[in-house]
Amino acid sequence: MKAIVNVFLKPGVLDSQGKAVHHALDSLKFGGVNDVRVGKQIILDIDAADEAAAEEEVTRMCESLLANTVIEDYTIEIRK
Amino acid sequence: MKVAIVQFPGTNCEYDTQYAFEKLGARTQIVWHKETELPSDAGLVVIAGGFSYGDYLRSGAIARFSPVMDAVERYAGKGGRVLGICNGFQVLTESRLLPGALKRNEHLHFLSKHHRLKVLGNDNDFLRALKKDTVVNIPIAHHDGNYFVDEKELASLYDHEQVLLQYCDEEGNPSNPNGSVDAIAGVCNRGKNVFGLMPHPERAMEAVLGSDDGVKMLEGFLR
Repeated sequence: MKAIVNVFLKPGVLDSQGKAVHHALDSLKFGGVNDVRVGKQIILDIDAADEAAAEEEVTRMCESLLANTVIEDYTIEIRK
Repeated sequence: MKVAIVQFPGTNCEYDTQYAFEKLGARTQIVWHKETELPSDAGLVVIAGGFSYGDYLRSGAIARFSPVMDAVERYAGKGGRVLGICNGFQVLTESRLLPGALKRNEHLHFLSKHHRLKVLGNDNDFLRALKKDTVVNIPIAHHDGNYFVDEKELASLYDHEQVLLQYCDEEGNPSNPNGSVDAIAGVCNRGKNVFGLMPHPERAMEAVLGSDDGVKMLEGFLR
């Protein structure tokens, strides 16, 4: 099954890349953009007994390596 | 004294670090990251600068899991002195041996230039050769040097004199090149045996190359 992990800076931690992209969109005259956050997506192809087991395992991966929880939050989506 | 210098794939400051400490009279040994033990006579371990594992995922995130880092954690746990310079600082924050994290520079540029630093904390082995508020001139060279801690942790760092160095101008007023919280350039752990800084004292060892202020910083470890 597939696990899709999204990692973003926590709210309150300044996202300089998001700010730069927002500024660039403004320069290109795309109005109506209120905020931009830049993060990363990590797609894992994993073997697991079931979705719950997969989520548990990927959570451990996020806590130890995939995210730095001092500054980043993550979300996990499991797809069959 | 023996200085052990840790080398990962992508480390590129190990030989400058070796030069710096040998100039000060120390013996040195470069330790490949696959080693599971540090030299038994090491009096200081330096995690040198560079781009360990190509900075993939996050700077220092993968190096943290190299076999040698277990030995470094055991060494630090027993009170051994560890210094992380630039990428070494990033590895130490990723390892949680030091508080905080290093983000992309606020204006997103790679910075490579000399910068003034002010000594805020000298009650430690690293900066004891320098007086408080001394301004030194040390090169910086980093893309991810934007130091972050939350407000609670920041207050705790000041309470325990863990903030060591602050980016400043020639007069010593804070001057922030990369967006770091309070323009912080270097910190230590609560036990004051693990040190990290983004600037490169090992590149400031010869006046003819722009500055020899690194001598006064690194010799603290050798007293």
